[in-house]
Amino acid sequence: MGILIPLVSVSAFWAIIGFGGPWIVPKGPNRGIIQLMIIMTAVCCWMFWIMVFLHQLNPLIGPQINVKTIRWISEKWGDAPNVINN
Amino acid sequence: MGDYVTPGEEPPQPGIYRSEQMCLAQLYLQSDASYQCVAELGELGLVQFRDLNPDVSSFQRKYVNEVRRCDEMERKLRYLEREIKKDQIPMLDTGENPDAPLPREMIDLEATFEKLENELREVNKNEETLKKNFSELTELKHILRKTQTFFEEVDHDRWRILEGGSGRRGRSTEREETRPLIDIGDMDDDSAARMSAQAAMLRLGFVAGVIQRERLPAFERLLWRACRGNVFLRTSEIDDVLNDTVTGDPVNKCVFIIFFQGDHLKTKVKKICEGFRATLYPCPDTPQERREMSIGVMTRIEDLKTVLGQTQDHRHRVLVAASKNVRMWLTKVRKIKSIYHTLNLFNIDVTQKCLIAEVWCPIAELDRIKMALKRGTDESGSQVPSILNRMETNEAPPTYNKTNKFTKGFQNIVDAYGIATYREINPAPYTMISFPFLFAVMFGDMGHGAIMLLAALFFILKEKQLEAARIKDEIFQTFFGGRYVIFLMGAFSIYTGFMYNDVFSKSINTFGSSWQNTIPESVIDYYLDDEKRSESQLILPPETAFDGNPYPIGVDPVWNLAEGNKLSFLNSMKMKMSVLFGIAQMTFGVLLSYQNFIYFKSDLDIKYMFIPQMIFLSSIFIYLCIQILSKWLFFGAVGGTVLGYKYPGSNCAPSLLIGLINMFMMKSRNAGFVDDSGETYPQCYLSTWYPGQATIEIILVVLALVQVPIMLFAKPYFLYRRDKQQSRYSTLTAESNQHQSVRADINQDDAEVVHAPEQTPKPSGHGHGHGDGPLEMGDVMVYQAIHTIEFVLGCVSHTASYLRLWALSLAHAQLSDVLWTMVFRNAFVLDGYTGAIATYILFFIFGSLSVFILVLMEGLSAFLHALRLHWVEFQSKFYGGLGYEFAPFSFEKILAEEREAEENL
Repeated sequence: MGILIPLVSVSAFWAIIGFGGPWIVPKGPNRGIIQLMIIMTAVCCWMFWIMVFLHQLNPLIGPQINVKTIRWISEKWGDAPNVINN
Repeated sequence: MGDYVTPGEEPPQPGIYRSEQMCLAQLYLQSDASYQCVAELGELGLVQFRDLNPDVSSFQRKYVNEVRRCDEMERKLRYLEREIKKDQIPMLDTGENPDAPLPREMIDLEATFEKLENELREVNKNEETLKKNFSELTELKHILRKTQTFFEEVDHDRWRILEGGSGRRGRSTEREETRPLIDIGDMDDDSAARMSAQAAMLRLGFVAGVIQRERLPAFERLLWRACRGNVFLRTSEIDDVLNDTVTGDPVNKCVFIIFFQGDHLKTKVKKICEGFRATLYPCPDTPQERREMSIGVMTRIEDLKTVLGQTQDHRHRVLVAASKNVRMWLTKVRKIKSIYHTLNLFNIDVTQKCLIAEVWCPIAELDRIKMALKRGTDESGSQVPSILNRMETNEAPPTYNKTNKFTKGFQNIVDAYGIATYREINPAPYTMISFPFLFAVMFGDMGHGAIMLLAALFFILKEKQLEAARIKDEIFQTFFGGRYVIFLMGAFSIYTGFMYNDVFSKSINTFGSSWQNTIPESVIDYYLDDEKRSESQLILPPETAFDGNPYPIGVDPVWNLAEGNKLSFLNSMKMKMSVLFGIAQMTFGVLLSYQNFIYFKSDLDIKYMFIPQMIFLSSIFIYLCIQILSKWLFFGAVGGTVLGYKYPGSNCAPSLLIGLINMFMMKSRNAGFVDDSGETYPQCYLSTWYPGQATIEIILVVLALVQVPIMLFAKPYFLYRRDKQQSRYSTLTAESNQHQSVRADINQDDAEVVHAPEQTPKPSGHGHGHGDGPLEMGDVMVYQAIHTIEFVLGCVSHTASYLRLWALSLAHAQLSDVLWTMVFRNAFVLDGYTGAIATYILFFIFGSLSVFILVLMEGLSAFLHALRLHWVEFQSKFYGGLGYEFAPFSFEKILAEEREAEENL
């Protein structure tokens, strides 16, 4: 569920821009250029986002952090549920 | 009748997707109307005239005299302009754009300029003469004033000497030398001695004049030596600064008077004065005469001042009147000259008394061109209409892409690589987004992107003022000309900075990190207790620390804190992204080449170039992209069953690079990650990771390799076969397969003759010889070989080339981090007021270095690399770039160039 929400919402955002944006461009000599720019922007930005998202979907390695910073993370961001504090 | 479109002519397409449709047209202009017609076309700026007299030298052309007359007028106007600037009169530049004058108005302009120049030269000459006279009279005035003092001094000295008796005293050498004159008289009688002395003094001669002050010492020494001390020199400085009568420069001068005896010395003295360029003036002997002369000189000086003032006023009025019109006159003269230059390109039809011109012009603008011709004909009063006759030609037309202030920057980027072949796809529309986007992938940082965006916004919002200011700095002009490119680069950099989660090398935890601490508190305390252990780094295990939901937008901020392996993570991500973006762009380029082949109806190119290229690209590189996506989706830190194989854990995640190499080497690899007994293979990351992978990859490699000979030989073979067939049936083909239609437009009172060919537009930019002349098999083979090798090797090297997206991004991020760590962070170590001051100073240093190094230098670097990715990696897939630019005859361009050349002087 935590994966689907950003996947759907961000993709929908760019889909609305990429498919819907060209329709609202007013008629004029530069309409074609503007439409092309909107579509290309949507495609490029969505591609960039989905690549970063997929790369972090199944991480192969974990972050290697200083112990002091780990304590800071523990205090600020909280601990994982399965931490056993003895 | 409705819109007339000839067969084979496409309906007009908007925008800059392709270059405009061009046609070659012949103009028949009546001699008396040709000037006005060309003037109208110059205002329009939509036709490019061809030179129909290339063999005729410049001096033999018809209108060379008119061009010379225009040059002379231009010279006179420049002379006027120089005089106006010398007097520091402000020149009126209304930005007005007057029409090109009629030929008869040219005669009026010539007369006006001639009169103005002559009047100005006469005034200047008069002024020069008057100034010379004024200067001479001023010098004479000073001489008369100073010499009065000289004479009084001399008389007093001499009488004092006489009254002092005849005894010799220790006086100056000059005085001693004059004593023999006194001894001439009879010493016995005192009265007689006085008379003798007076008579002796009366025999002394003198000359008076003016000399430059710096020449005086040498002048004095030479006089003394040449005359052996027998002269008496007195000098006095002139307080006023006089002007040199020749150069007009200020000069300091002295008045001098020389007393001597005898004509011999007089001659010698005068020659010395001439040698030193001293000016001698007549000077009366008696005080009364001197006083009268002085009064006369003063009167004449006052008169001269009045006349000189009036002369200067007159000159000023002439220049002020001219300054109101000089700019407009220059514009008119330049237009006339360009018209006659253009008329020199025409052919003269002697029998029909008309001029024939050939022009390239956009088909979409033919109506406007006809209207311009009609206006020109009407203005000249000619009764015969001008005829525009469209012609058919095999010559490649020039390439014309209509641009505006926004698209011009991107079109320039493309045109710098090569002008598009006529009617081939223009890369500029796609470059408008992909160029700033790829730049941003390399440059991505929200802070630096914001700086760039704000700078571009300043240029855009102030663009009218900055254009009017006409700043001449070349670097500024480059930035200003590219302000829209910079704007998009800045905007996309903010986006990619958000994706990288990078603001001046720092991250923001907007959505809450997906990573949490999994290390027990006791373990942390154990590490922190010992000073040595507290420097250790621990790894948060992805199996437990990662909550399963990726950070929604961008990179998780935990990786900014992961000092140990941040680069491993980010490099892996960025390299994969580079490959995906690169192959996407290259594939898009190949698809665009398909659009070109469709347009030029090159069936051979579609079947034996486009399809093999797509198969080659798909078999290897798109397959690589699929592998990247699969690795992202299916392989994580947690073990399990993946695609039918048992997957132990992250150490067995397949290595794509080595896998690609093994694919080509066709090396036998283990299937799956564990053997039959459940034991993991030693190098499990080298195994195949889906069933049948080895077989599939062999098929793909063979499929790719098969495309190479197809690309190499198929097209030349079929061209050869077609050529043989055509030669066999050539006798059966009609000589001419064209028909001609003539259409008279009664309303517009002009005529258009259209040669409508049966064929569709030919790919004239491609030198494949489609039915044009004999087929050169050698050339075709060489061309095809080069193209095939370029594509095949290009795919490999270009994929590697796109890795620069990762490399530049890494460099930018690391430089930014160094700047933060080594410069600004030092301020936070200090406490108290020292810390406050240090923060202020170090922030200034940090800001300056950020702008100059990271925004300007790194920005330029990323710009150049994005440029290369577009010119080589993208455009080589579809872009010929073999055209030449449409250079219309346009007054606006000509005047802009003249103005620019003028400002550079």
